[in-house]
Amino acid sequence: MNNFSYTRATDITSAVNEASREATAKFIAGGTNLIDLMKENVARPTRLIDINRVPLNRIEETKDGGLRLGALVTNADTAYNDQVEKRYPLLSRAILSGASAQLRNMATDGGNLLQRTRCYYFYDVATPCNKREPGTGCSAIEGFNRMHAVLGTSDQCIAVHPSDMCVALAALEAVVRVTGKNGDRAIPFSDFHRLPGDTPQIDTNLEADEIITSIDLPPKGFADHHAYLKVRDRHSYAFALVSVAAALEMDGNKIKGTRLALGGVAHKPWRSKEAEELLNGKAANSDNFQAVAETVMHGAKGFGHNTFKIDLAKRAIVRALKHAAQMEAPR
Amino acid sequence: MAAGAIMRVEQNTQANTQTVSLPSSTKITLTINGVRRELQVEPWTTLLDLLRLNLDLTGTKKGCDHGQCGACTVLVDGKRINSCMTLAIMKDGSEVMTIEGLAQNGALHPLQQAFIEHDAFQCGYCTPGQICSAIGLMREGHATTADEIRESMSGNICRCGAYPNILAAIQQAMAHRRNVDRVAGERSVNPIANERSVNP
Ligand SMILES: Cc1cc2nc3c(=O)[nH]c(=O)nc-3n(C[C@H](O)[C@H](O)[C@H](O)COP(=O)(O)OP(=O)(O)OC[C@H]3O[C@@H](n4cnc5c(N)ncnc54)[C@H](O)[C@@H]3O)c2cc1C
Ligand code: SF4
Ligand code: FES
Ligand code: FES
Repeated sequence: MNNFSYTRATDITSAVNEASREATAKFIAGGTNLIDLMKENVARPTRLIDINRVPLNRIEETKDGGLRLGALVTNADTAYNDQVEKRYPLLSRAILSGASAQLRNMATDGGNLLQRTRCYYFYDVATPCNKREPGTGCSAIEGFNRMHAVLGTSDQCIAVHPSDMCVALAALEAVVRVTGKNGDRAIPFSDFHRLPGDTPQIDTNLEADEIITSIDLPPKGFADHHAYLKVRDRHSYAFALVSVAAALEMDGNKIKGTRLALGGVAHKPWRSKEAEELLNGKAANSDNFQAVAETVMHGAKGFGHNTFKIDLAKRAIVRALKHAAQMEAPR
Repeated sequence: MAAGAIMRVEQNTQANTQTVSLPSSTKITLTINGVRRELQVEPWTTLLDLLRLNLDLTGTKKGCDHGQCGACTVLVDGKRINSCMTLAIMKDGSEVMTIEGLAQNGALHPLQQAFIEHDAFQCGYCTPGQICSAIGLMREGHATTADEIRESMSGNICRCGAYPNILAAIQQAMAHRRNVDRVAGERSVNPIANERSVNP
């Protein structure tokens, strides 16, 4: 780890001021991703701005009947919050399927959105990587790419976003509230993360001087019909190969609304509105779900080691939709 | 610190010279196993390194140093965390409990006792982390069934594979705790206060 200066901020304004003063400074919240990257010399901030004393650690109702998750609420406190468990069980499930109890006690909701890819080459400073060092090339495209993306890739980068929480937030259409030098913004979840394109070094549309203040959940929580299915190499404490957040609005066996988001397959939580609309007014059955899966994965491209993810994702989509429609019980 | 105040620790890098002076360290206060300590730390010292290297509390182990094994688990303000993934300076003002602080007046903590009775280790390297993690698990109160306990303990890897015995030890300690709670409940109108004084 490199040497650095340390600032402890106790309010939003001073945190933003500190960040805008020094381009190579970084906020630190739980530290579970940033400290890891600093130990590997992947991140080398000149200053850490500790935001843990900024009062953003509450969960409260919003005026429109939704729920506001303060950026510094821990993943554990979010998953076990009464309101989240009751109204947004999809989010609880997704969070609890990630990391370990210890890490979830440290990890914050804001930090979870900004965690970086687990691509092995990104972590290994001895190898070329466009995300870590733009212009050096991508070691994964022709290297080991079992964990990599099959949708939305570019010839610059095929990394995936590793978060489980974000897959549920994408399905719930959360809004990310941020504050920077130029004031406040509300970013719809689908616009928060980016595809790699020609700038894989930039993961999100957050500016360097902006701090996430909260993640707002809209009133609709899909508590009656939801599922989070995570497929991975071991049963617990492993990142997803493929994950699916499915949420349905149903009238008897008829589907009135669908939300579907995938993790482990792209540089951001993946949604296909086209596929979701296929289910409007349709019955919940295997054929209709299979059609959705084919549409979501249409155009998917494997890179060798990860080509299995295309079929795996299709099967996971069908199964998650069945769980959400309560056609079969989750195992 | 007053609201709005900022604390800054600067790196004293001197311009125009070959030498870079030693970066400043700063004073923090931690209560470790019940003892309040004022400590000088550098910003990049992890809580794990502070415990092991500066305070000789080597019961807490370093396995991976990357949040992947749980050997470094300690309790901070009552919650289990990975001490390798947190900077000591971030925890200024907190209470830290390590494996060294569990025995009271020479008597092992019920979980320590249960680990011995169930032979819940081979090499013992993961054990302090397992025990601290299990104390956190019991306090959280979310896991009760065997499957739930296994899932909630998945952040603690045991290379020797003592998992079945670790599970049995935790189940025994949980049963013991329920007994203590029941007796305390019968004795006192305030079972919560009583339970706290029984179990660190
Ligand atoms: C072994 C291991 C296994 C894991 N497994 C999983 C898993 O299965 N699923 C999963 O989803 N995650 C997993 N994680 C990742 C974990 O969830 C993230 O590391 C965590 O959520 C990051 O949150 P943090 O508060 O610790 O972030 P930090 O490390 O403190 O920060 C991460 C980044 O966010 C920035 N930041 C933090 N807060 C803010 C804010 N409010 N405003 C602006 N910028 C901010 C920081 O500057 C930094 O760049 C795992 C991590 C480890 C170490
Ligand atoms: S996939 Fe992206 S992160 Fe991985 S080596 Fe290629 S450029 Fe780097
Ligand atoms: S040493 Fe901290 S988790 Fe392995
Ligand atoms: S007893 Fe050896 S690692 Fe667990």
